Amino acid sequence: MMRQVEPGEEFLLKSQTGIQGFDQITEGGLPKGRITIIVGGPGTGKTLFGMQYLVNGANMYGEPGVFVAFEETKKKLAQNTSSLGFRVNSLIKQKKLHIDHIYIERKEIEETGEYDLEGLFVRLGYAIDSIGAKRVVLDTLEAIFAGFSNENLLRAELRRLFKWLEDKGVSAIVTAERGTETLTRYGLEEYVSDCLIVLDHRINDQISTRRLRVAKYRGSMHGTNEYPYLIDEHGISILPITSIKLDYLASKERISTGIPRLDAMLGGKGYYKGTSILISGSAGTGKSSFALTFANSVCQNGEKCLYVTFEEAPDQVIRNMGSIGIDLRQWIDKGLLKMSAVRSTYYGLETHLVSIHKIIEEFNPSVAIIDPITNLVTVGLPADVKSMLTRLIDYLKGKQITALFTNLTHLGGRIEATQSEISSLMDSWILLRDIELRGERNRGLYVLKSRGMAHSNQIREFLICKNGINLLDIYTGPSDVLTGSARAALEAEEKANAVLRQDEINALGLELEWKRKMAKSQIESLQAELDANEAEIRKRINEAKFKQKTLADERAGMVKMRKVNGTVSK
Amino acid sequence: MSPKGNCSPPAENEVYNLRLYVAGQTEKSIEAFHNLERIAEEHLKNRYKIEVIDLLKNPQLAEGDQILAIPTLVRKLPPPLRKIIGDLSNTERVLIGLDIQTKKK
Repeated sequence: MMRQVEPGEEFLLKSQTGIQGFDQITEGGLPKGRITIIVGGPGTGKTLFGMQYLVNGANMYGEPGVFVAFEETKKKLAQNTSSLGFRVNSLIKQKKLHIDHIYIERKEIEETGEYDLEGLFVRLGYAIDSIGAKRVVLDTLEAIFAGFSNENLLRAELRRLFKWLEDKGVSAIVTAERGTETLTRYGLEEYVSDCLIVLDHRINDQISTRRLRVAKYRGSMHGTNEYPYLIDEHGISILPITSIKLDYLASKERISTGIPRLDAMLGGKGYYKGTSILISGSAGTGKSSFALTFANSVCQNGEKCLYVTFEEAPDQVIRNMGSIGIDLRQWIDKGLLKMSAVRSTYYGLETHLVSIHKIIEEFNPSVAIIDPITNLVTVGLPADVKSMLTRLIDYLKGKQITALFTNLTHLGGRIEATQSEISSLMDSWILLRDIELRGERNRGLYVLKSRGMAHSNQIREFLICKNGINLLDIYTGPSDVLTGSARAALEAEEKANAVLRQDEINALGLELEWKRKMAKSQIESLQAELDANEAEIRKRINEAKFKQKTLADERAGMVKMRKVNGTVSK
Repeated sequence: MSPKGNCSPPAENEVYNLRLYVAGQTEKSIEAFHNLERIAEEHLKNRYKIEVIDLLKNPQLAEGDQILAIPTLVRKLPPPLRKIIGDLSNTERVLIGLDIQTKKK
């Protein structure tokens, strides 16, 4: 290969495919200036992959491309791919795409001695030069093995072709049919060793899933897993199974649950933005109502919400939520809420995942709700479900989308157990449960976990009524949490007790008052008595004093009268 | 020696319009041209026309006749179209390819 690489710059350049997900798993796309083999059975989308590579190259990366079709005619190819919105004909007119149909009919050809495939080179070279192509797709190159009998010569020519393409500096895709002994039917992988992609189409339990694997990618990091992919009206899209790194940003922003009292239980502010939330509970505990109350709140704040349901039709969901005072129709009309309802068994697990990815890429919501994930369990094995959800959560976290999942737990089972053991993937987990007591069934909720916030440890009763979900006051009595009528009864009893106690207090107060009055009156009577005594005594004192004076006076009078001293005074 | 294809062999007096595709003056191309001239002179005297197309000069012409292998001889006329690839060194196969009835002497 005639690559000129300066020292220190010996990294492999990539040619972006623009195929959703593919560039992520290959860290940038196909090897630039090299040849990639795409091998797969019929119907796996090899041709489509190639065409998408070229169309994206022309539209998105300004790289014209040449498509050499050995099997389909130009017209058919344009027709088949225009249904995918590829507008091939207009690209051809703009000289951004060149389609060359190479038709080989063995019947018409007589071999009469030595030859080579210089004609192919000339045609290819002409096509590449005429539009300045940077990308080439040869679909399906192996068809030439059917056209010529001299296999040794063909192999030598193919080797020469690949080298020639590399010298031309184009990035090429060569498609090949899957073989029985070798990977490709004619063992092309022997000649091209840079990048090998295997497309596969498998059916498990009547559910078919297409998968892509990068079997080989010399000089580049690539994911080794099988990646499910989808062919739909926009072509191929692949989703990376798991991002290898756990490096998403952790937002400090909070997002309201739509229920003020639940926000209060979650550290006062609700969920963290971009986290994953699980609401689990048995049947009829109101999981969907919680989820949609959240959706309603998100839309009220002018943000977009995606609601994926596997159980109900959107209309039914809207009607049901209307009965608890939540009008979802308005958000759909405003384009803030998108509902995607599909039976879980309609697709395979992977296809569900891919389709959710696609909706998210298109709609770009800030919140995604999957209701319920339990239904996916019917489509795959628990391990698969877990892996799918891991990928979904990673993906959503990477995009900073808050994800809310509901999960149905079965009665009798351990209520904290989620079927696919997915709780460890969740940041917040709210458990809704029935509390059966005294012939009643009431709903309670508690926050089982919520990473990164001081959340309430209380079990709260809630009611779903005309105006939505109401969390009742915390009952902080001496005994257990009580719900429903038991709670009401206990509250009444408490009230009665309180009245009695108040009465007692009042009575004691009166008694005190009375005692005080008694004491006071006693003091008053004693005072009166004292006063009375005092008066009496004073009277007697005065009498005594008077008596004393009169006695003295009398004595003096007698002296005078007796004229004892003989002298008369005066 | 039945001819390939479902059509009856061309009549004896029909004119052969032959086109030889080459890519530059390669050994094989020159060889093919000489072989073609020889065979035509021998079997199609005065009723053939040879046109040599060098794809290096006119690469756009390769698409029309679906040329992959070089050299390729195309019998444009009489119909149907036939292709013979290689340096035409195997005269017998060339004659079969061109659907020329060999005159038994």
